[in-house]
Amino acid sequence: MLQFYLNDQLVRPTLRAGSTLLDYVRYHQHLTGTKIGCREGDCGACTMLVGELQPDGAVRYQSMTSCLTPLGNAHGRHIVTVEGISQPAGLTPVQEAIVAEGGTQCGFCTPGFVMSLTGHCLGGQATDEAGRAAIDGNICRCTGYKSLERATDRLTAQLLERDAAPERLAWLVEQGFVPAYFQQMPAQLAELRAETVADVAARTGGQLTEPNGTETTVASYLLGGGTDLLVQRADDVLAAEVQLLYGHADRCFIRETPDGRISLGAATTVEDLRGSELMQRRFPRLRQHLKLVSSTPIRNMATVAGNFVNASPIGDLTIFFLALDAELTLQDAAGRTRQLPLRELYRGYKQLNRQPDEQLVEISFRPPAAHEVFNFEKVSKRTHLDIASVNSAARLRVADGRIQEAHLSGGGVGPTPLYLRRTSAFLAGKDLNPDTLRAANEVAQQEISPIGDARGTEAYKRLLLRQLLFAHFLEHFPAQFALQELV
Amino acid sequence: MHNLDAAGHVRGESQYLDDIPVQRGTLHAAVYGSPLAHGKLLSLNLEAARRAPGVVRILTAQDIPGENQIGGIVPDEELLAGSHVHFQGMPVALVLAETEPQARAAVKLITADIEPLPIITDPREAQAKGELIVPPRTFRLGDPAAAWAECAHIIEGTAENGGQEHLYIETQGAYAYPTDGGGVRVHSSTQGPTAVQRHTARVLGTGMHKVEIDVTRLGGGFGGKEDQATTWGALAALGAFVTKKPVKLVLGRHDDLRMTGKRHPYTSDFKLGLSADLKLLAYEVTFYQNAGAAADLSPAVLERTLFHACNTYFIPNVRATAYSCRTHLPPNTAFRGFGGPQGMFVIESAIAKAADELGVLAWEIQRRNLLQDGQVFPYGQRVEDCNAELSWQAADQKFELKKWQAEVDAFNQQSPVRKRGLAVMPICFGISFTKTAMNQARALVHIYTDGSVGVSTGAVEMGQGVNTKMIQVAARTLGISPKRVRLETTNTTRVANTSPSAASATADLNGKAVEMACRELRTRLLRHAAEDLKMNYEGLEIQDEQVLAAGKPAETNWEKLVSTAYWKRVNLSENAHYATPDLWFDQTQEKGHPFAYHVYGTALVQATVDAMRGTYDVDAVRLVHDFGQSFTPGIDRGQIEGGLVQGLGWMTMEELIYNQDGRLLSNALSTYKVPDLYSVPKVLDVEFLETPGHPNAILRAKAVGEPPLMYGLGAYFAIRNAVRAFRPDVRPEFSAPFTPEKVLLNLYAARESAAAPAASQASGAEASVRN
Repeated sequence: MLQFYLNDQLVRPTLRAGSTLLDYVRYHQHLTGTKIGCREGDCGACTMLVGELQPDGAVRYQSMTSCLTPLGNAHGRHIVTVEGISQPAGLTPVQEAIVAEGGTQCGFCTPGFVMSLTGHCLGGQATDEAGRAAIDGNICRCTGYKSLERATDRLTAQLLERDAAPERLAWLVEQGFVPAYFQQMPAQLAELRAETVADVAARTGGQLTEPNGTETTVASYLLGGGTDLLVQRADDVLAAEVQLLYGHADRCFIRETPDGRISLGAATTVEDLRGSELMQRRFPRLRQHLKLVSSTPIRNMATVAGNFVNASPIGDLTIFFLALDAELTLQDAAGRTRQLPLRELYRGYKQLNRQPDEQLVEISFRPPAAHEVFNFEKVSKRTHLDIASVNSAARLRVADGRIQEAHLSGGGVGPTPLYLRRTSAFLAGKDLNPDTLRAANEVAQQEISPIGDARGTEAYKRLLLRQLLFAHFLEHFPAQFALQELV
Repeated sequence: MHNLDAAGHVRGESQYLDDIPVQRGTLHAAVYGSPLAHGKLLSLNLEAARRAPGVVRILTAQDIPGENQIGGIVPDEELLAGSHVHFQGMPVALVLAETEPQARAAVKLITADIEPLPIITDPREAQAKGELIVPPRTFRLGDPAAAWAECAHIIEGTAENGGQEHLYIETQGAYAYPTDGGGVRVHSSTQGPTAVQRHTARVLGTGMHKVEIDVTRLGGGFGGKEDQATTWGALAALGAFVTKKPVKLVLGRHDDLRMTGKRHPYTSDFKLGLSADLKLLAYEVTFYQNAGAAADLSPAVLERTLFHACNTYFIPNVRATAYSCRTHLPPNTAFRGFGGPQGMFVIESAIAKAADELGVLAWEIQRRNLLQDGQVFPYGQRVEDCNAELSWQAADQKFELKKWQAEVDAFNQQSPVRKRGLAVMPICFGISFTKTAMNQARALVHIYTDGSVGVSTGAVEMGQGVNTKMIQVAARTLGISPKRVRLETTNTTRVANTSPSAASATADLNGKAVEMACRELRTRLLRHAAEDLKMNYEGLEIQDEQVLAAGKPAETNWEKLVSTAYWKRVNLSENAHYATPDLWFDQTQEKGHPFAYHVYGTALVQATVDAMRGTYDVDAVRLVHDFGQSFTPGIDRGQIEGGLVQGLGWMTMEELIYNQDGRLLSNALSTYKVPDLYSVPKVLDVEFLETPGHPNAILRAKAVGEPPLMYGLGAYFAIRNAVRAFRPDVRPEFSAPFTPEKVLLNLYAARESAAAPAASQASGAEASVRN
């Protein structure tokens, strides 16, 4: 049975696992503080907090857009809406800060901001920057954000006190950030977990494919964070049997393997990746690069594997990992596995080299070595929380003024995410100079085939790919070039 | 004082349309919109949809008991398509089902047989073919034809601006149910309750008295729910009227985006003449407004474009002509600024082009031509209480324009890839509905026997803080605490024949009516006090709920006063009517005094362009704004910041793309981008210019809703200046928004052509995007 805490109440919805958390909360629980703005994770009006018990016994709260959260993913968790943080009377410090700074006008987006900021206060770093990042998935059409920035900054000083307090959650409760029942949640979620050791998916209407092959039912949809499927086919998913990735600890890991590679579980979220110390060590600019990928709540939900199998020609993570020559492990219904380079996953627009019963279970890649550099570039109409017009990644090994090895990828310039095979091959062994790069661009222009669409004309995408190709080198070898020499 | 609604907002307790508890038996509606932009509707296949699970009824034009007409200014818009369809998404059928997903699913089963007719999306093409919504209009001042001979420099060119989606976060919607006696009550997310009432009555074939419209609040409007809310209110009412059941219709985001009109795109030709010392001598401009498929508010928007054709500059010889061109896009409509921004973009483009050609900075031209008292606007109104110079000088001094320009130039000298641009954007915006008759409002004030007060007006709260302003006006006038005052929903049975909440004038018009009603009540109560306590009426007043006689506390306070007045049978309710004085306009001459007053201000805007990637940041906006005597500075600052950022969005990233078939390609929040937290300027300074305000402004606090949007135009010219810092030989075309695409294409325009082609709209792409 699907069960979770909704604010301070244990609930057992009988709806399908693929319905949205948002609809359940608004239309079945009549908790109308959470608003519907876009139903595609692009506005944040429906933001809720999702609390999950951690191995250390604490509950970690993350903001998520409930319009894209499959109800089944709430299983065993603590779902918090604006009604669940408001005190019987008066305002929480987050609410007070927004009121005092004039951070609400029409008020429709406001509960989303309140929830994102409350999540920040529960677990975020006490810096203005972290506070602002917490609300980067919330769109406000009225205020122009400055008042919300002021409200956010006002909280930073209070959060420094939080960090000095002996017990964080007790301090937050004492200060009125969250009601007292939050202190019961770790124990209550632990109890819930003990009751529900069996598989989540089996309890929520879907069938889990067991590695031993005893279960052969294949669900219509394998749902991860829901951030693509519920945007594209919400009505279909609602009607279908779904299989949930959530709850599979064995699919959510980031680890170094003995051969020096890094291995990711398919359910690893973008934010898991971004927060990983191992990844940060190997990719010093990782946090900036992945900040260009959607928004905080979406990164909390979206999985790396989901980005790959969605097969978008401009999938940011796909472009990132194509340049790293990632290798995929696919597993079929019988539990048989095979390896496939990511570069060979795509056959055409939204066409995958994959059997219907095969799932992507693991991703493995060799991180850049000490003598290599890695760069990721993305240009979109809006810098953040947008889909790229063109994106590109590069892994380069340069020594003694010569390019030893180059691996370039480009998104938005063809029907699939492209590994720029010919350009990469062309660059290998060439001297690093403007002539080489100009010539490489000539090669690249031959192997791309962008179309004009809402994200730009063909001419623009071609020009932009050239610029991003140059940018990889100018970012890492600024002393060797000036932009003006290249264009 | 904070916005009094804010506490409810942050607690998630404020009630919007979709939050109203639904009644038993409520049907949920979804709309089948035309798949083609223009054609003859031959037949409609509803059979499969009728058999779909949960479907109760499907309504078409044949089911309309009254007149199938919702056109406001011009009766040219059907509620449901009858014999022809005129834009993609035009409502054709209304599915009523037990649940919303069922209604949506059934819509997908409907097909229509439509004989295609030629599609026009370009306003110039429409004008050439005589497809005009209303006859063209021309404003004239002086004699430009004669003045060209005196001009040392004559600059000609073209400027284009795109549309703008309102993107209120709450989509359009209505909830209607039958009432006793054959009436219908409609909860509508509308800025214009009376418009919904009038058109619903017409559609139902009944009297306005049988249609009650109630509005609690909107989750954003910005003009998008002024006329365009009518369709959904009338459709829900039609469903309730026909089925005798409650009907709820809330648009999903995609339907809202493709079915509703937006800010008007314009394309315009200009000719500007200057003297040797950079005085503007003559200006000729022709505006081609893309009105979409029906009039909606386009004629009024067109008029406001003409009123603002010269922005804040005096030009002695002007000829401004405007065409409202009928195309096959959704009918375009009001959006904050209402045609004013489009007019201003052209004159600012003309000045920028003159600056390019004369090799001077644009602000050297701007500052020499600011309006001054005693001059006359092209529409005949004299310039009075003008703060154009005052706001410019204040901005110049506070933000050190010359020093700032020098810093930008120095930065560009040493920075090869990142380039900065600075632009000045002064504004002058007229306050009033330009249709004089609409400048009226009423307020109904009840004092209850416990001393609490209920206020009803025609104002709709949509985030602009009008509730707080009305409560402030009532509390100040009565001499009581705002805590005693409640602002009621906007309801057509309490306050009738209202003008929409629009034109920045809502607080002025309704506030004046509240003030008049409260003054009358105060007078009545104090006369009662004088009689009751045998005091001299002269010198009596109420302050902080205490009655004062010649400044000293008298024997009574607010609660006692109200209570004793009731028992003496004093009327504790008052209905007041306000009409803005001295307004008139003669359309045959295109002259008059259309505006109660004007609002001024000056913004300085800096942008930095990354010449590697074509991306940019608007780094700083520092502005001085003419608030008059603000009594809610927090709310008014919020209007400036929010309006400015909407203007920045319109000029930078907000790009509506229709293909040649009239299909909206930027049809989701993933493709239509509005500013997010990170895209607003890091520095945003708002300086309050202390002015006496104006007697026609409520408590002398000038209207603040629309004017700040136009500061955003500065971003366009700042980015353009930055592009030219990298490529001095390039003169980018005037084509807003200045997307990163246009920036990059200009930065790398071929050397010989020296101006990149404007990024053309995607031509008939199959999919809007390849995601």
